[in-house]
Amino acid sequence: MNPAPYRRPYWNTQPDYLFPKYASTVKRAPLQPLVVLPHTLSEVTAPVFGHDEVKPGDSDLTKQHKSEPLGERIVVSGRVLDENGRPIPNILVEIWQANAAGRYNHRVDQHDAPIDPNFTGAGRFLTDKDGHYRFMTIRPGEYPWRNHHNAWRPAHIHFSLFGQGLMQRLITQMYFPGDPLLEYDPMFMCVADEKARNRLISVFDWENTIPEYALGYRFDIVLRGREETPMENRR
Amino acid sequence: MSLRASTSQTIGPYLRIGLEWMQIEDLAPKGVAGERVSLRGRVIDGDGKPVNDAAVEIWQANSHGRYAHPEDKRDKPLERDFRGYGRSLTDDNGGFRFNTIKPGRVPGPDGKLQAPHLTLTIFMRGLLKQLQTRIYFPDDPANAEDPVLALVPAERRSTLIARRGADGTLEWSAVLQGKNETVFFDF
Repeated sequence: MNPAPYRRPYWNTQPDYLFPKYASTVKRAPLQPLVVLPHTLSEVTAPVFGHDEVKPGDSDLTKQHKSEPLGERIVVSGRVLDENGRPIPNILVEIWQANAAGRYNHRVDQHDAPIDPNFTGAGRFLTDKDGHYRFMTIRPGEYPWRNHHNAWRPAHIHFSLFGQGLMQRLITQMYFPGDPLLEYDPMFMCVADEKARNRLISVFDWENTIPEYALGYRFDIVLRGREETPMENRR
Repeated sequence: MSLRASTSQTIGPYLRIGLEWMQIEDLAPKGVAGERVSLRGRVIDGDGKPVNDAAVEIWQANSHGRYAHPEDKRDKPLERDFRGYGRSLTDDNGGFRFNTIKPGRVPGPDGKLQAPHLTLTIFMRGLLKQLQTRIYFPDDPANAEDPVLALVPAERRSTLIARRGADGTLEWSAVLQGKNETVFFDF
C-alpha cells in the first residue's frame, strides 16, 4: 500500500526559488524544471529524536553564560500543528537569533554592533505531547544587510523544525508585531499571499508574560498535513 | 480543520549558531551492519563557486532496508545504533562529508522496490526553501528499475548517481545551476 502523500502547498503561500529582490537567489536557485517526487516511504519518514537529546536548559537562551545577556527578556512559545489541525508531538525545534544589538555571534557577521559575551543565541526544544514548545530569550535587534541600498532586516528569530516525515521539514523565521521594517524586507515579502506572510508574525501574548520579568510572544507553526485523513483521527 | 502550512524562509548565513551542535557526519558506529560508505561532496553555485554556508542533511534506511521510524512497520531488523540521519555544514570549499552504510532497498510506488538511495535536504542562504534530491549508488543494477529515477529525463539521471573515486570514496556534488545542474525534486 502506498503511504498517504503530504498535501502540495497552496498557491502563493510558499516562495519560489528564484526571487531576484532577494539577490542571493539569482546564483543559487535551480533553473531547470523540478521533477515531481512521489511521496514514498523515504519521504514520509524522518529522524526521530528523544527527550534525552535536549536538555532542559537548552530552551533558556538567557542562562547559557556567567551573566544575563543584555536586552529585553521575552518568552516565545506556541504550538506545532499539521494542516489537519493535529498537534505534532516530540519533534525537534532549533532556534537561533541575533543579540539585542542586532549582532550575530558568528565570524561572518561584520555589523558594527557589539557582541554580547553572555549571549550565544541558540536554543532547542522537543515539542510536548500537545505540540507545545517554549523558549526564554531576549528580543533580537534589527540589523543592516547588503541586499540593496539601506537594507535592514526586521527583528526575527530563525526556527528549524523536523516533522514526523521529511515532507514536514521546515525552516522559517518568526517576526514581531508592528515592525515597520517588514514591508521593506524581501524575505518577508517573498510570497504573494498576505495572510501567509502575516502568519510569520508572532502575536503579543499577555497570558504568557511573566510579571516583572518577561513579555510573551506566541508563534504557532503549521507543518504540511497528509492528503488522506483516517476518520477516527479527524477532529 | 484545514490550516495552511507556514511559509518557508531562508536559513540565512548564520546557520552554524543554531545547527552546529548536531553536526552528524559519522552515522554508523562500529557494529552497525552493512557496506561502509564514505561520501564526499561539494555544493557549487551558478558561478561555479563553492557554497560555504549550506546545511546538507541525509536520511536513509539501514542496510536491511528499514527506516528507524514508526511508519515503517515492515518485519526487518532495526539497529539501535543507527538512526539514519546525518547533517554536514559545508566548509570553505563548499565541501560536506558523510561516513555511513549503504542502505537496503525500500518499497516505492505500488510496492515496487526502489534502488538503494540517500535522501538529501539542502538549505542555504539564497534559498527561500530547501532543495530536495537523492543520491544513488554507482553500478547498482537496481538503478535501472528505480521508479523515481525513471521519472527523471534520461540525460539528467547521472546527476543523481555518485561516482566512485580511486580510493573507493563516493563523490557527488550538488550543482545549483548550469550545464550539469543537479536534478532537484518538487516535493
